[in-house]
Amino acid sequence: MTYVDAVIQGILLGGLYALFACGLSLMFGVMRIINLAHGDLALLGTFMVLLVTEHVGLSPFAALVIVLPGAALAGYALQYLIFNRSLRGGELSPMLATFGLSVVIGNVLLEAFSADTHSLSAGALTTASWRISSQISISALSAVIFAVAVVVLVGLQLMLSYTQLGRQMRATADDPATAELVGINSKRVYGVAAAIALATAALAGTFFGMRSSFDPTLGPSQLIFAFEAVVIGGLGSLWGTLVGGIALGVAQTVGAQAFGASWSIFCGHALFLAVLAFRSQGIFAAREATA
Amino acid sequence: MSLLDVRELDVRHGLLHAVRGVSVAVEGGGTVALVGANGAGKSTLLRTIAGGHRPSHGSIFFDGVDVTRVPAHKRVGLGIGLVPEGRHLFLSLTVEENLRVAARPGYWTVERVLDAFPLLADRRRSRAVNLSGGERQATAIGRTLMANPRLLLLDEVSLGLAPVAVDDVYRSLQTVIEQGTTVLLVEQDLGRAMGIAQRVICMLEGRLVLEGTADELTRERVTEAYFGLGRVVA
Amino acid sequence: MSAVAAPAEAQPARPKVQRWTRTSLAFAAGMLALVVLLALVPYWFGPNTTEKLTELFVLVILAAMWNVLAGYGGLVSVGQQAFIGIGAYAVIVLTDHGINGYLAVVLAALFCGLVSLPTSLLVFRLRGGQFAIGMWVVAELFRLLVTNDQSIGGGTGRSLDVLNVYAPADRQAYTYWVALGLMAVLLFLGLILLRSRLGSSLQAIRDDERAAESVGVPVAWAKRVVFLLAAVGCGAAGAITIANTLIVTPASIFSVQWSAFMIFMVLVGGLGTFEGPVLGALVLFGIQQEFSNDGSWYLVGLGAVAILVTLILPRGLWGFLVDRFHIRLVPVGYTLRQLLGAQARSDGQ
Repeated sequence: MTYVDAVIQGILLGGLYALFACGLSLMFGVMRIINLAHGDLALLGTFMVLLVTEHVGLSPFAALVIVLPGAALAGYALQYLIFNRSLRGGELSPMLATFGLSVVIGNVLLEAFSADTHSLSAGALTTASWRISSQISISALSAVIFAVAVVVLVGLQLMLSYTQLGRQMRATADDPATAELVGINSKRVYGVAAAIALATAALAGTFFGMRSSFDPTLGPSQLIFAFEAVVIGGLGSLWGTLVGGIALGVAQTVGAQAFGASWSIFCGHALFLAVLAFRSQGIFAAREATA
Repeated sequence: MSLLDVRELDVRHGLLHAVRGVSVAVEGGGTVALVGANGAGKSTLLRTIAGGHRPSHGSIFFDGVDVTRVPAHKRVGLGIGLVPEGRHLFLSLTVEENLRVAARPGYWTVERVLDAFPLLADRRRSRAVNLSGGERQATAIGRTLMANPRLLLLDEVSLGLAPVAVDDVYRSLQTVIEQGTTVLLVEQDLGRAMGIAQRVICMLEGRLVLEGTADELTRERVTEAYFGLGRVVA
Repeated sequence: MSAVAAPAEAQPARPKVQRWTRTSLAFAAGMLALVVLLALVPYWFGPNTTEKLTELFVLVILAAMWNVLAGYGGLVSVGQQAFIGIGAYAVIVLTDHGINGYLAVVLAALFCGLVSLPTSLLVFRLRGGQFAIGMWVVAELFRLLVTNDQSIGGGTGRSLDVLNVYAPADRQAYTYWVALGLMAVLLFLGLILLRSRLGSSLQAIRDDERAAESVGVPVAWAKRVVFLLAAVGCGAAGAITIANTLIVTPASIFSVQWSAFMIFMVLVGGLGTFEGPVLGALVLFGIQQEFSNDGSWYLVGLGAVAILVTLILPRGLWGFLVDRFHIRLVPVGYTLRQLLGAQARSDGQ
């Protein structure tokens, strides 16, 4: 593997990170909640797909047809049951409630599925690849993941910028009380945002499960990668999330190439801390909250 | 039957008893000015009518329907619209987006609002955070109009604006009134208030202390009530 | 605090501002007696008891530290396990270089304080939930550094053999006393902090940071002090843990589960009260003794209780009791007393 190959793999990996991160970014952008359970919720999606493939015999892609709407509904419900109530409790409340949720989900998964590793089969995509040069090949699965990530992010950005729902979300993010006064049902807006966040998380988790083996303890590490992607790219910007994801992915793969596989994640953390130290608003410094 | 019927309303802000036993009725198509010194409870009253505050006692009837416990966003659907004190525009949205986000079917569309407020004409794609005071006020009123309210509540729309800008605002308000919209406005400037309204209500320390038509009330009587000069000292 | 204007026909005497009430004086005396009693435990009970109590002391320290950080400093961290781990591994490194085991425990705690200073420079650039996860990333970073370092055991961990020079019963007793001492000192430091000007500064910052800054409250410095104290405390907890169990692995000592425990204890006990975390530690300790054999389900229960408490009893058990019965045991508040026998009104938090 050469450095060029490492960079390319890193970019493709970055697509997956961006997909993980966009739900986190959306929830933070609209509701100002950092959902500490995001990684575990994504993993829950992965395990749900596993259940469906094992019991119904569908391929993971087909299983998504069932799991994604389920994830969206779960997101909407969680918003009403937990996140909304925690918003009323002050700043610390959502963090603590979502952390509790993370512990609950992670350990329920552990009890239900044990610590064994599993993986999802992507069928023909797993082995297909395109040979670009004598040393570089691109796996079809990675390319598909990257493409889906870009489509989802672009779609979300378009939704936010040009639809009434998107305007309502941005308005509610700016000023929830006034949003109510102009006729926006802020609870419903939050619910939809949470639904989208959980659905994209489940999608990301499923792709993750196709790409590598997984077990119930991986939720927190995915949360950290998603969070790092968001911070590196800059809060409040979906493009930033894509760029941040790519930067993180490249840092990890190039780090592995340069220092060995056991240092790859460390290099990602190092990049995160470097961005914190030198450009804490991220690559795409988004608008500051209020004027 | 009045369009708006407020009965014995009590509203508290934490320990502060902001509105005390206020009853007021506004006829459909009428224009009522609500005056009073700072802290008299006018803004709180307006916000409570719009659903931004919960009253501790009393009730609010809109077009015969008890809306006291109805959430704010539903009241907009029923026809109540508030232009809040301090404007509270959605700063990251453009003027046009601020208008569109509040849109409901009716006479007022983006084009008609921009016609009524000419100073917004070339600012439609500017983000609200970049607007001047007068432009923000125009956008705020326009935004509430986009919901096509039957009852328009205006809270201190002239605050912080140059007199010329205020003239523009009041000119546009005339158009709104001519549309048949019921208007209840809070205004510090007694002259303007009595100029545009048919009825004047004065509040002092949370209570209603004076009510009457603009014809029968003189400025002196209103000023007295405003400062509480006619009260007997306990 | 200025004098309250007396009503027309009231006494000429001014009301006094008191920091100690009769209850809190009794409580303080009781606490001192308790520490003395606890110090005598190794003479009356065997090593099993002292080992369990040492675990309890570790929990109390962690709860108190997390509370100082989050409840008073407003800094919610999901990464204090960074310092717990560094504390434990510092003991290993120090003892490898010949330093006495128990001295190493104290030094390890102080070392964590040192590490917290440059760390704070980085993580203080984050706010709120981002700070929480940022600290988690720092913990993960340290975990990876340790896992990749074979000289301190790498992924498989290390055992602390140095303390085996003592007979097991003696060793347990010494560990117990060190733990008791550190817990008492840290709690005392925390108390002094809260009663001091810094405590008031912290409350101002917690209420409204920008306003506090505008009246001259040294925001960055106050937060740094709190962060440092919490780091020292968590480092002490990690160091005591390794002295107690004699073995450590990076996965366990840097695990985010420590944060889960800390959050549980403080939430259930009462965020922002001094007594609450201690109560929470007792509750967690009780649950652990009863249920830790039930595997992950008891963690699920912990998480669920944490969620419920955040949503329903936001001030925790102690906060709920305080609100209901108006008790305050530890003198961190202010009380205004009318001199001629009238009811004392509480003015503090």
